[in-house]
Amino acid sequence: MLTATDTPVPDRPLAPPPAPRGPAGRTRRRPDRTHPMWFMAPALAILLVFFFLPTAFNFVYAFTDWSGFKSAIRPVGFDNFADLASSGTLFSALRITVVYAVLVAVFQNLFGLGLALLLERDTWVNRTLRVFFLIPVLMSALAVGYVFQALLKPEGSLNQLLSQLVRHDVDYAWLGDTRWTIVVVAVVHAWKWMGLSMLIYLAGLKTIPEEIMEASRIDGASRWHAFRRLRFPLLAPAITFNVATALLGSMNGFDIVQATTGGGPARTTEILNIFIYRTFGQGLFAQATTMSLVLFLLVSLMAFPVIRILRKREEIL
Amino acid sequence: MTPHAPARRSPARRGPAASGRASFATRLQPFTATALALVTIGIPLWLVVATAGKSRGEALIPNLTPPTHWHLLENLGEVWREGEVPAAFFGSLLVVVPAVIGVLIFGSMASWILARRATRLNAVLYALAISGVILPPAVVTVVLLLRQLGLAGSAVGMIGVYMGIYMSTVIFFVTGFVRTIPVSLEEAAQIDGAGPVRVFFHVVLPLLRPVLATATILVCLYVWNDVFYAFFVIGGRLDTLPLNLFRVASAGLYLDNWHLIFAYVILMSLPLVVVFAVAQRKIISGITSGAVK
Repeated sequence: MLTATDTPVPDRPLAPPPAPRGPAGRTRRRPDRTHPMWFMAPALAILLVFFFLPTAFNFVYAFTDWSGFKSAIRPVGFDNFADLASSGTLFSALRITVVYAVLVAVFQNLFGLGLALLLERDTWVNRTLRVFFLIPVLMSALAVGYVFQALLKPEGSLNQLLSQLVRHDVDYAWLGDTRWTIVVVAVVHAWKWMGLSMLIYLAGLKTIPEEIMEASRIDGASRWHAFRRLRFPLLAPAITFNVATALLGSMNGFDIVQATTGGGPARTTEILNIFIYRTFGQGLFAQATTMSLVLFLLVSLMAFPVIRILRKREEIL
Repeated sequence: MTPHAPARRSPARRGPAASGRASFATRLQPFTATALALVTIGIPLWLVVATAGKSRGEALIPNLTPPTHWHLLENLGEVWREGEVPAAFFGSLLVVVPAVIGVLIFGSMASWILARRATRLNAVLYALAISGVILPPAVVTVVLLLRQLGLAGSAVGMIGVYMGIYMSTVIFFVTGFVRTIPVSLEEAAQIDGAGPVRVFFHVVLPLLRPVLATATILVCLYVWNDVFYAFFVIGGRLDTLPLNLFRVASAGLYLDNWHLIFAYVILMSLPLVVVFAVAQRKIISGITSGAVK
């Protein structure tokens, strides 16, 4: 049955293609006739034009004075970087983006793993609840942002519920705190995606052979001990996938922050994409391009170590 | 008996073994899990439905009290007209359908070759092709490029950009899957004299169904809900559902019209929720049972 060998959960991101398998002559026999290279042409052409070329342009136009106010485009060297650095915007946006990404990765994985462990058994209640937890994944991130904007207003429902709970008025501005709002927005982001993390953790949990759990139970291992020593290490590929996608995906985030705070209060939640959107709208194309390049470099610089560290951890365990 | 049988591990077996120690927690689990779901998912969703059912005055400050009179259909109707939902719906379809079909077909074609011909060149091409899974697209300069190509603000330009962004995801998923398909299935067709086009479309593509289902869901999810890339590429020149939601929510005209914003949220989320509700079991088992050998 082919569906049984389906491996949609990629447990080895960025693994190089393996060496040719099977009898040597088999796949190499007249490959040009059986597997012609032109089959790759449409995909590679689309990638080249719509992905790699714009990325290459980033490295050019970040060093120009391209703007919406004049037609000529002249090179200006590192002026854009210097301006952004001297105004403090560059480093604050970088810091906010990294903090946001780390917070999202932590919350999304805690929530996802928690839900997976809670809903692991295959009962009908659990199957129904899993679907329930997937609804936010299906909703548009923009819509999720508006829902939480309404929920988290000082006079909003969360404060009303809390007021009833603690029996005195709570009017905390969840989205108006220059220090803590970024944490709140990261929790909202994690809430939206926790269902997907849950599914991947569920898939990871199912790879653990029942016999191993049985054996540990017979040996008298406690639940916590069995989890810490047996299941957690075996979940490593799922953790790699979830942490990497949450971390790198939220660095490229936009919708939820835009819909909840729009980058405020006092620009304390202005992640790179919010800045890019704002400056692009003002016609400051070169500045927007510069930040887009910064985002590209940030993600590239973080992606490789993150994936290597996580993969190495998998090997050790 | 059913094809799903091996994928379902019988949970009953675990019950008796663990009983005595964990039975209390196990018996409590359905209630704690349901309570958690009601609080974390139920409350925000109820807020959407309740507010979308209220009159403007009642919805000024959204709260969890049910509306005194339900105005849900009126509000949906008003949003349908004012938010130009039909135009936006077709705009979304016009972009999403070709982009998803294109990215799946072209991505699968490339993945087939990448998985079957393990040359050094292909290893490099594969690494490049999947780099987009992680690297962020250059949103600003893509606008400039589209302008130079004469595709600025057009549906074709938007389709190309989405295909460029999600091609990597498709190649990443499908290449891994192709490697699990025995070559012998293709060889049988080749011996019968089938050329590569026939082999691909008649033998390989049908075998890819499970992974393509998963990839379709993921790509649809991203493209249907995308607003960020749409801002840059087609902002203002073509309506899509998320773009109109943003306009409805941020326009001064609609400020604090929470009943309309949430009515729009319902209209916009409905298509994906319906698709998901219908194919729910398949989608979830496609993602979860995958790893169960």
